[in-house]
Amino acid sequence: MNPEDYKYTQEHEWVRVEGDVAVVGITDFAQQQLGDVVYVELPEPGAGVEQNQPFGSIDSVKTASDLYSPLTGEVLEANENVNSDPALVNSDPYQEGWMIKVRPSDVSQLDSLMTSEQYAEYIKDM
Amino acid sequence: MQTELSCTPLHTAHEALGARMVPFAGWSMPVQYTGVIEEHRAVRTRAGLFDLSHMGEFEVRGEQAVAFLNHALTNDASRLAMGQAQYTLIPYTDGTLVDDAILYRLPGRYLLVVNASNIDKDLEWLQHQLLGFPDVELTDKSAETALVALQGPLSEQVLAPLTDADLSNLEYYYALDTRVCGAPALLARTGYTGEDGFEVFVSPEDASAVWDGLLEAGRPVGLMPVGLAARDTLRLEAKMALYGHEISDQTNPIEAGLGWAVKLDKGDFVGREALEREKKLGPARKLVGFELKDRGVPRAEQSLYKDGEHIGFVTSGTHSPTLGKAIGLGYVPARYAAPGTEIQVMIRDKAARALVVKTPFYKREKGVAK
Repeated sequence: MNPEDYKYTQEHEWVRVEGDVAVVGITDFAQQQLGDVVYVELPEPGAGVEQNQPFGSIDSVKTASDLYSPLTGEVLEANENVNSDPALVNSDPYQEGWMIKVRPSDVSQLDSLMTSEQYAEYIKDM
Repeated sequence: MQTELSCTPLHTAHEALGARMVPFAGWSMPVQYTGVIEEHRAVRTRAGLFDLSHMGEFEVRGEQAVAFLNHALTNDASRLAMGQAQYTLIPYTDGTLVDDAILYRLPGRYLLVVNASNIDKDLEWLQHQLLGFPDVELTDKSAETALVALQGPLSEQVLAPLTDADLSNLEYYYALDTRVCGAPALLARTGYTGEDGFEVFVSPEDASAVWDGLLEAGRPVGLMPVGLAARDTLRLEAKMALYGHEISDQTNPIEAGLGWAVKLDKGDFVGREALEREKKLGPARKLVGFELKDRGVPRAEQSLYKDGEHIGFVTSGTHSPTLGKAIGLGYVPARYAAPGTEIQVMIRDKAARALVVKTPFYKREKGVAK
């Protein structure tokens, strides 16, 4: 269910590396826990993000949560589509519902993240 | 410290429906089944089914029952016709609130329905108030009572074939003893959603039959089971107070806009002096509704500002599924309470502009008059 070629954080973000660009979003488990997403606040291109630090926030009808960056780097793009249609995060968290694209400054940080298998184990008892 | 959560008699039904269960007031309760917006809309346009078995029910009996209730509650119990219900408040001596409740006058008894999170506190407080009313018997019936609510414009249509009661003659805020899905039930035309609807009090053994019966009868017309998340957005749109948010032991009913449930002409009662003064002088702060003009969603406890000055706080906030806007309730100084006043909500260190608006945010177009 969670794509195998992605890496995962304990805060339920995923990251997918495409060449020298890392795409970041939240997991299917996270969107299920949040319920209907109604608002996403993302950084502007050019902003710096740091591994394990908040880079934005997400509001569902019920609650608000911080978004944590899986990697350190510079924001190249924020997904305009989730601004105008936040429900994309619920309907397609791993593709259309991505949040930001980042140019990572240290790809070795990926090694500290969970594999899909480890993440599946991590959320099993939640 | 972790304590074991209580389960309602419908726990397995919720799990079978795929509900996400969360701890709430010591109970394991369904927060959502399919999605909060979808469930919310089902109640506004068709019908929704709620398990409210966690709520508290106290029975009050005895010759002095009315006198006791009029002493311990703010509304006037003597005005209730047989079968009628009223919204009421349990005040502390200083006029702040122990809880809010619905009081029903029924043959041979009164029934007081209170918030699940406050059952123990309410019972202890009310038992203290019994001094001077030796004839009154106050009994906690919460464990012996399951509660299923059917809410939404199609509620009457769904329920009618399943009960002996003549629903066309059951007015809003009235209740009667009858049968629902074959089970003995107290059937009330009350709710917490801003829609027409019913609340069905039954014994725990009968809860499944009533739940399954209503679910099955309602499915063809689009009825959905509804969790606590949509219950909160529904009540917020209808500006119904939630204990711990709009009302608490730090707020009085006058500033909360609930002065209509405080009857000063009924004689003495707990908190009367403080509430009379508050009514006479007018509250320094008032509960207002606001809509967000900027992007974001207001949340409870965020600060409210007016031109850089900290003026109050948010009591509840959400994205309104009906209006498609971010809305909230909060306390502000009385001078900023007029609709049209611009205020700011501090959301994550950013000031978002908001406009005080007339409430409720949502009012159903027609229905049985209150």
